[in-house]
This record gives sequence, C-alpha cells and structure tokens, in this order.
Amino acid sequence: MSAREKRGAVVFDDIRKDYGSFTAIPQLNLSVEPGELVTLLGPSGCGKTTTLRMLAGLETPTSGRILIGGTDVSRLPPNRRDVAMVFQSYALFPHMSVAANVAYGLEAGGLGRRAARAQAEKGLDLVGLSAMGDRLPAELSGGQQQRVAVARALVLEPQVLLLDEPLSNLDARLRRKVRTEIRELQQRLGFTAVYVTHDQDEALAVSDRVVVMREGRIEQAGTPRELYEAPASEFIADFIGESNIVDCTVEKVGDGLAEIRLGGQRITVPTRSTATGPARLSVRANAISLSGPAAGQDGASGRVRSAAYLGDHVEYEIESDLGQLFAIDHANATPYAVGSDLALTFRAAGLALLP
Amino acid sequence: MTGETRRIDVALAAGGAGLLVLPWYHIRSGFWEFDWLGAFLSDDRLWPAVAQLGQGRWQLLPVLALWLVALALRLRQPSAARGKAFVVLGLAGLAWLAFEGMAIGLRGWAIPGADRLIALAGQPAWGAGAILALAMFAALFAFGLAERGVLKGDAFVLGAITALVLLVIAFVGYPLYAMFLSAFQDFRGNFTLDGVSQNIADPAIWRLDCLVGGRCGVAWRTLFLALCTASGSTLMGLVFALAATRTNTRFKAGLRLLTVLPIITPPFVIGLALIMIMGRAGFVTQGIEAITGWHLGRWIYGLPGIWLAQVLSFTPISFLVLIGVVQGVSPSMEEASQTLRSDRWRTFTKVSLPLMAPGLANAFLIGFIESMADFGNPLILGGNGGVLSTDIFFAVVGAQHNPARAAILALILLCFTLSAFLAQRFWLSGRNFSTVSGKGDGGSHARLPRGLEIAVLTLAGVWSAFTLFLYGMIFFGSFVKVWGLDNTLTLAHYHAAFGFSLAGGFTGVAWNSFWTTMGIAILAAPLTAFVGLLTAWLIVRQRFPGKALFEFAIMLSFAIPGTVIGISYVSAFNLPPLQMTGTAMILIMCFVFRNMPVGVRGGIAAMSQIDGSLDEASLMLGGSSARTLRKVILPLLRPAILAALVYSFVRAITSISAVIFLVSAQYNMATAYIVGLVENGEYGVAIAYSSVLIVVMMVVIGGFQLLVGERRIGRRDARGPATPRPVAPIKEEIAT
Repeated sequence: MSAREKRGAVVFDDIRKDYGSFTAIPQLNLSVEPGELVTLLGPSGCGKTTTLRMLAGLETPTSGRILIGGTDVSRLPPNRRDVAMVFQSYALFPHMSVAANVAYGLEAGGLGRRAARAQAEKGLDLVGLSAMGDRLPAELSGGQQQRVAVARALVLEPQVLLLDEPLSNLDARLRRKVRTEIRELQQRLGFTAVYVTHDQDEALAVSDRVVVMREGRIEQAGTPRELYEAPASEFIADFIGESNIVDCTVEKVGDGLAEIRLGGQRITVPTRSTATGPARLSVRANAISLSGPAAGQDGASGRVRSAAYLGDHVEYEIESDLGQLFAIDHANATPYAVGSDLALTFRAAGLALLP
Repeated sequence: MTGETRRIDVALAAGGAGLLVLPWYHIRSGFWEFDWLGAFLSDDRLWPAVAQLGQGRWQLLPVLALWLVALALRLRQPSAARGKAFVVLGLAGLAWLAFEGMAIGLRGWAIPGADRLIALAGQPAWGAGAILALAMFAALFAFGLAERGVLKGDAFVLGAITALVLLVIAFVGYPLYAMFLSAFQDFRGNFTLDGVSQNIADPAIWRLDCLVGGRCGVAWRTLFLALCTASGSTLMGLVFALAATRTNTRFKAGLRLLTVLPIITPPFVIGLALIMIMGRAGFVTQGIEAITGWHLGRWIYGLPGIWLAQVLSFTPISFLVLIGVVQGVSPSMEEASQTLRSDRWRTFTKVSLPLMAPGLANAFLIGFIESMADFGNPLILGGNGGVLSTDIFFAVVGAQHNPARAAILALILLCFTLSAFLAQRFWLSGRNFSTVSGKGDGGSHARLPRGLEIAVLTLAGVWSAFTLFLYGMIFFGSFVKVWGLDNTLTLAHYHAAFGFSLAGGFTGVAWNSFWTTMGIAILAAPLTAFVGLLTAWLIVRQRFPGKALFEFAIMLSFAIPGTVIGISYVSAFNLPPLQMTGTAMILIMCFVFRNMPVGVRGGIAAMSQIDGSLDEASLMLGGSSARTLRKVILPLLRPAILAALVYSFVRAITSISAVIFLVSAQYNMATAYIVGLVENGEYGVAIAYSSVLIVVMMVVIGGFQLLVGERRIGRRDARGPATPRPVAPIKEEIAT
C-alpha cells in the first residue's frame, strides 16, 4: 500500500473546475500526506476555497479525480465522504444546543442517541468546553463557538479535517491563541488537515506545508521556510513576507552559490540556476541595514521619503539608486528624519535570487 | 429666536382666523364649495365662534379666553416658564374642545341633567374654524414643550409627534371607542345593556353544534375557516418558495407575476371566478353533472368555496413572506449538515425546516389575519353561511339594522385578529434564526430531497395553472354574453360599463364610480405616503418618551380588519363633533390610516439602511431637523416614497371591506359598485369592470417598476438560480 492510499491521504488528480464559461481551476495536481497539515494560501479569488469545497463534496469538479485514502470520491455527496469541515461562519445550528450540534453528525452516522451524546461529551472535553453542552450557540463567545465547530467536526474522526478560514471571525489576539490550539490538536491526534486562509502569517505558523495559489494554479508548494527563503517567483516573494524586488548582476556561479553585485556591494547567495548576467533579487525589508551617509560603505545610497515609528522598530520608505525600497530598522531607536541621506548595506540572509 | 416667535405668531394667527373669521361649524354643502361666502352674513349657522357666543353657545367662551391668554403670553419674553404656560394652555384648549364637542350635541347637552347647571344651545359638528383652533392648541402645546427645552427644543419633531398622536387618536382610537360605545346604546343613543346581553351569548355566534352534526356559530366558523386558510396558504406559499429557490425551474418570471397578482386584484374577483367555474352555471359543475348525473348544486357557496378563494388569494402573500425565509436559511448551515454525514432528507428535516419554523409561523399568522379580515370573498361566496366580517355588514345594512350587534361582532373579530397580532409580535419576536450574520461562507443552498422536489414542482405547477386559468376565465368571461348559457362573444359588457360618445359624453354606468375612485386614490396616496414616512422617520431617527408605545399603536392598527374600521368610522363620524359620513373626506381618511402602517414599515426598512451619521453630519453643518429630513433623508428615500405612493394608490382602488360602509351615492367607489352589480346578478358587467381595474393597476405597477426597478439592474445575482424579485410595496406589507 503506497502512501497515497493510506488512511488520511488526499490526492487531487488533474482537477478542473468551470463555472459556466469561467474556469476557476484549469488543472490542479496535489497530494497531501497522511497526518500532514497543508495550507492553501492565496489572495481572494485564487481558487483555494473552491479546491477545499471540491474536497468536501460541496462542489463537483468538471473533470479529474479526487482520492481520499485511496478511494475515488469525486462523485460522492458530502455525507458519504470521510471528511469533516469547519466553516468560516462556524455554521453552528442555532436551534440546537451545543451538545446536540456536536452529536448531530454522530447520530446521522447511525449512532444511537445516548452513545452519540457520550461521544459528543468527549469531543467537547477535547476543546475544553465540557461545561457548555446545554447552552445554545448564541450564548457562547466567538472563540467558544469556533471551538464547538472544531469539536463537531473532530468527533466524527474523519480522515481529513477541512478548515475554511476558521479564524477570520476572531479578533487578532484570539486568532493567535486559537491557531496554536488547532495546531496542537492536529499534532496530538495526528489527523490530516487541509486549511484555507488568505493570511500568510497564519499559514506560516500552523502548516507543515503551504500551497500558494494564484488564479487557479499552484504557484509554489513547500515548507514555510522554503517559501520564505527561496521564493520561486516575484509573486511568492511579495506575498510571503513583504519583499523589495530589485535588479542585480550575477557575476560568478558555482556549487549552488552565486556571487552577485548589488549596487556597490558583492554578496554570495544560494542559487538553483547556472546563468550569469542580470537577474532579479528579492530583498527582505529587514535585510537592509541603514546608517548615516558618512559611514561610506559599499551598498547603495538613498534618502528617507517617509518614516513610521512602531515602537520596537521603524519602517521606512526609501528613495534609492536601486529604486523605491521598503526597509524595517530594528537597530536604531531614534528614527532618521524624513529627507535625510542614508547609506544602505544588504545582509545576505534576507536575499534570494528569483528564477 | 425669530423663528421661535414667528411660529407662535403663525399658530396664533391661524387660531384667530378660526375664531374670528371662518365658519366655526360644519357646513352641509361642504366648506370647499365656498357657496357659504354668499350667505355668510345672513345665515347664523355660518358665523365664526365669536359671533356664535351671541347665539347662546357659551361653550365657546373658554376657547376665546384661552386664545386671548395666549396672545398676552406671546408679548412676554421666551422662557421656560412661558413654555410651560403654553403647554398647559394648549392642553387645556384641546381638552375643552374635545369635551364640549362630545358633550354638547345638535340638541344641546348630551349629558342628562347638565342643562340644569347651565342652559346651552345645541351645536352642529366642528367646521373649519374649530379645526383651525384645534390645530392652534396642538401647535402651542408642541411649541411650549420646545421652549421648555424638551427633545433639545426641536419644535419640528415635537410638532410632528403631537400631530401624529392626535390624528391617530382621532382616526383610529376614537372610532374604535365610538364603536365600543355603540354596543351599549339603543337606537336613540341611550345607554342600555340589552344589545350586549342579547348578542354576546347569542347561539348564532357561539354554538358548537357542528361537533354533533349541526351548524356552528359564526365565530367558530370564522375561526375554523381562518385556521384552514392559514394552513393552506402557508403550505402553498412554502411550496412556491421552495420551487423558486431550491429547484431548477424555468418559470421564475412567472412566479414573479404571481407575486403581483394579489395587490392588483380586487379581493372578490377570485370568488367571482370560482363561481364562474364551479357555481351552478359553471362549466366544471355542469360537466361533472352531465357525466355523472349527480346534483352538485350550490356546493361552492359556503366555507369550502370561501376557503378555496382565500387560499388562492393569500398564497402569493405567504409566498413572499416565505421566499425571504427560505433564502434566509444560511447555506453554510445546510452544507455543514451535509459534511456531517447527513443526506438531503435529513438536512431538510433536521436543519432547513426547523430554521424556517419561525418564518412559517409568521406566514401562518398573516394568513390567519388576512382570512379573518377578508370581506370580498365571503360576501360573494358566503351564501347562507357567512363569516364575522359579512355578518357585521349585514347587521348594519340589512333589514335587521342592528348597530349593537354589528359592534359586538366587530369586537369579537377584533379580539381574534389582535390575539394573532400579539402572538406574532411577542411570541415570534426574537425567534428568528434566519438572519445571516457577519461574514458568510457564500455557499449554495442544498437541493431538495428528490421525492420532495417532485412533489413541490407538481403542486406548484398545478396551482399556478389553476390560478392562471382563473384569471383567464375573468377576462374571457367579460366578453361572453351570458356566462354558462350563451357563450357568444360580445363587447356589450364593456360598452355598458365604459361606453362613451361624443354627443352623450361618458354614458357607461361605471364612469362615475371609476373617476371617483381614481380621484380619491390620487388624493389619498400622497397623504398616506407623507404620514407613513414621517412616522417612520420619527420611529427610526428620533428618541422620545413613549416611542415604543407609539410604534406599537401604529402597527396595531394594521391588525384591525377593514370591516371593523368601516363600522367604527360609521359609528364615530356620523354625529358631531366630527361629522364626515357621505363625504369624500371620510374615504380619504380611512385609506390614509388604514394603509399608513405599510408606509411606516417600508419607511422604517428603507431608513434603517441609511447611515445615521448622514443626519448627524447635516445637523453638524447647521441644518435643522426639518431641513435634514427634506434635503438628506427624503432624496435618499425616493424608491420607498414611490413604493408607498403606488401601494396606497392601488390599495385605495382594490379595497372593499371598509369602503363598503363609507360610500355614498355621491362618492361611490369602484369595488363597492362592482359588489352591487354582483348582487344584482350582473356578472358580465362586474367582471368587465374588474378586468379594467386589473389592467389599470397593472399599468400603474408596471410603470412604477420601470421607474424604480432600474436601480436594481446590475446588482450581481448570487451564485444560485435567480429568484423572482417581488414588487417593492408588497414586500413591505408582508414584512410584518
């Protein structure tokens, strides 16, 4: 039995989805390992939610196959697939108590009322809400409702748990706490999870693997570190942590390393190509060191267009020889004044050559 | 400061005109005819209040005195103390006028024994002068409050509230009070308990013989009918709502037409069409009798026929309520259910249906109230077994002429409808699950279980076909010589109703009532819209003590059946102090206060969507509240205003229940005239007239849709199938 057929494995095989004359997803191939948490990330309209809904059975692909645990489920209705979903709005049934909500799927699956309630109790215990079973969803806070939605999905012990922007209705502080809880739960119970979000911080924080989508295609898939440190395109570089895209020249290549010239500075960075000559480079905002003009270093020179003081760091818009740059300075507590001249040097760790 | 002084000057000047110049009392030929100008000096009935004092009508002395006090107060500096004085003075004036108006009738004191205290001449009803004096006292009351700083000294808001409260008291509260009182009076107006004691326990109203095979009392029959109609129309409304939103039918445009039908159809037309098909001369009846040899006779007359007609009439209303409910069920609820191992059937029964339950109850109560209030269909189809609304009518106009009985029956009917209204208001409020909250998932609704889908489509198809067939019959029947006997085509009915020639002018019998109807509807529509929207603005945008009660009282008047309104207007406005029977004014006032709640509800809905910060911005920029209303709110409300105008226009044309009590030879309305035709057996002319009315209103509503509908074009329809867009005004009516 290959990994693709194990319980919890998901395979999208040449999936295409059209809405009338509009093609939402031209051709999608993706597999998810059992026990993996994969995030579908992208701007709105990129097809991530459509992909998730096809996996749930709420949309039918125009062509192609979807396999869950080695079984072709492409034409099965949602209730006959071994998945469960946490909705953006939670979709808790307002006319049922919390316990009845959690027991709902169990009873539908043929479990007796009493057994279902007992299971539901365990599910609520899992998310720390065992005392809330008799309440109505409207009587819970947003964070509690979210946990009920997770419990309601998890008690079914699905092969795959689907989460559709599960944190978007929570405030920023709670969001961080709940995403940690979800990740812990996933790692403790070891279920496969497919997670849709448009928030790159969230994606980097919870995922084993991030799949960045754009206009119905997979732009890049990889671990959070791969995406951040070796973006495969300008789009990824810009979408995952803000980047400046500048021109540079590759002077020498060898052993997967390239020596580049960036303004007046020579730096060695990893590369996957062997070409020399002009190239595009992603420069992270925090890879630019700023100093007064007298320092006379090798990089570039620039002038402060605007500065925003944000407590532990200062954000600058800088007009430079290399074009407009966005820089974050953690080093200097006193911001440079708008209009002052600066010398810029670049740190190798925040640079990545774009293919 | 000048504004404050000026408005008080205007009020005092108006009062002065009322007291010193204009005729104080009601003029029989009508004030606006102005034929009183010629006889003004010679006829003492036309004299103003100050001259009436010389006729022994000392009851007007306090009015004059209060006016003089007000003049004196006007000369003092504005202050909180002066404001308080104006408030007291205004209240005293209103109270005294109300008292003397009620207590002193045509033949002097109406209170027995009071003439021993002071002898006074009798007086007719209030006229132009008295109305101006009332307005002055109301204005002084409001301006006095403003001067005291109540509601931040906003005289416009205070004036509007005072005026509305007085109008509602005069045209909703007072008629009901008068009707209640008339239950305790004999035909001379003396107090008696005979009428009540005879009628309240009348077996014709309350007996329960039908449980043992006999006939039940009219109250029970009405209740039973209302329950059946409400069940039937709710079920059919749900069927149509499901068909429109949850199946892939291609007849959605047709469903939209169905939603327009009830507002443009005079309420008795369905009953008429049923008679044409299933009455004794109806071809269905004759066909069945010819084939089977049975004798069906008059089965359509009575509760079964009324029930059928009512379900046909009210299904579209129920559909409009329920389409919102069915669409309001969040799609993600159904999707969640499906991902939780539930098939379509379980999803429908365990999630969709329970979520719709409050909406279904709401539709049921609306159907119940509509059935109770329905007058047209029972009148046409009632036969010997009427319902409360028709019995009320026959108690007044019939040979028995028994106003006390009519009042008792009206009170029973009112109890039923008010209970339903209160149930809807208090029991259902806060039970609405169908509001889509916050960020949605934007999913699509689940499809119906297959068996249910087939059943829904079949029922909806059959019922639509039947409805269309009925309307076809109405138009076809208007071209047939004698329905059921002589089916040759003819234009004779149209000629009889709407004939005209260059020499003779409008010779058709219908023209008179047609023009009266149009004229009154055109007069009533802007008044209704104005009063309704002003009320809505006060409710949504202003905060004042007693607002909840104010809103409740306004909405309550919607639950008063038309028959009750009619009988109460007759009891109240037949005698001084407000004498209006037989005039166009009583019809206009009836329409304004009967249709106002619709304008209010539409205005509330529209105004709630306008951000309150717009008002505040206008106020901060120095606009007064009147200016804010005129320059900011009203322009934004244009669609709502148009909807209220069209709706009240159409309602004024189609309504029958209240109107039939209030029409006179001079001011006859189309619906009342058609009912008269039906009673005389002139079915051909009656349906020809009805067809013309339906066409006229279709044109009006179509034009309105063209005018307002454009705003909506271009709005993206949600992913799922397009749903029929209901006509704006009726959507407001059913948002109960």
